[in-house]
Amino acid sequence: MEELLREYLPILVFLGIAIALGVVLILAAVIIAVRNPDPEKVSAYECGFNAFDDARMKFDVRFYLVAILFIIFDLEIAFLFPWAVAFKDVGLVGFWSMMAFLAVLTIGFAYEWKKGALEWD
Amino acid sequence: MGIADFAFYVFAITVVTAGLFVVVSRNPVHSVLWLILAFISSAGLFVLLGAEFVAMLLVIVYVGAVAVLFLFVVMMLDVDFAELRGEMATFVPFAILIGVVLLMEIGLAITVWQFADTAQSSLMSAAPAADDVQNTAALGQIIYDDYIYLFQGAGLILLVAMIGAILLTMTHRKDVKRQDVLAQMHRDPAKAMEVIDVKPGQGLS
Repeated sequence: MEELLREYLPILVFLGIAIALGVVLILAAVIIAVRNPDPEKVSAYECGFNAFDDARMKFDVRFYLVAILFIIFDLEIAFLFPWAVAFKDVGLVGFWSMMAFLAVLTIGFAYEWKKGALEWD
Repeated sequence: MGIADFAFYVFAITVVTAGLFVVVSRNPVHSVLWLILAFISSAGLFVLLGAEFVAMLLVIVYVGAVAVLFLFVVMMLDVDFAELRGEMATFVPFAILIGVVLLMEIGLAITVWQFADTAQSSLMSAAPAADDVQNTAALGQIIYDDYIYLFQGAGLILLVAMIGAILLTMTHRKDVKRQDVLAQMHRDPAKAMEVIDVKPGQGLS
């Protein structure tokens, strides 16, 4: 247990350095930088004219579809990882159980391809 | 206090604070960003528990994919937050009700919860010794064999999610010209064009 945590110590150190660097840069900007705000400077800038409307607008639900398909295959890969690591120990049952899992998801993939969900229009 | 204890307190405090800000912050996009911080800190907590694989999954799946999905939802909802805030008074009773129910459930879980006599033995049954096997390998040794039904069930759930997402959100536009690769490849150049000799003044019939 201690051994395992020791392996993660460099990551912790890097995390600390990253956070410290971020804080230092922000604080430096606050302390050192010259600030002379006026209304025109701080207002939203859109190529020379005033902003037309709110930046928040509806966008196409197809982006969501792409994201959710990405998550599903992401999870499939997540299941593949322990299988690959323990490949020598999983045995025949483990091997074929993963093959069945992949087959099920391949059915889904074929459906998705055939349906045209991977095409944009 | 060792470094591990220190790291635990840092991560734990970050999780709780980030969770608080998820609820408190006015801008939902900021809420999602705080949620990402909470996910990353809980990944740190999992590492401290020795559950490396779950920690990495939390970073890959939750931070990398689920948080992006949340951002999509937040940005796709075209809601006027000023208007919503005005209507908040009507939702407060529901919110309080749900909060009370949740609090009571947590209270029950902490106070009245008891382990069954067989729980400890069934917990230990299909787990390899934690010390001599690496975390990911230990998971791999049991998921695909001892928990094969749950594993296949997970696969079926993913399939259902995929089909459901496609059925709910796919709109196939009819008015767009698409490329038909097979038709293009099997096109016969000899039949693609016809030369007609038109006599002057007669036209085509």
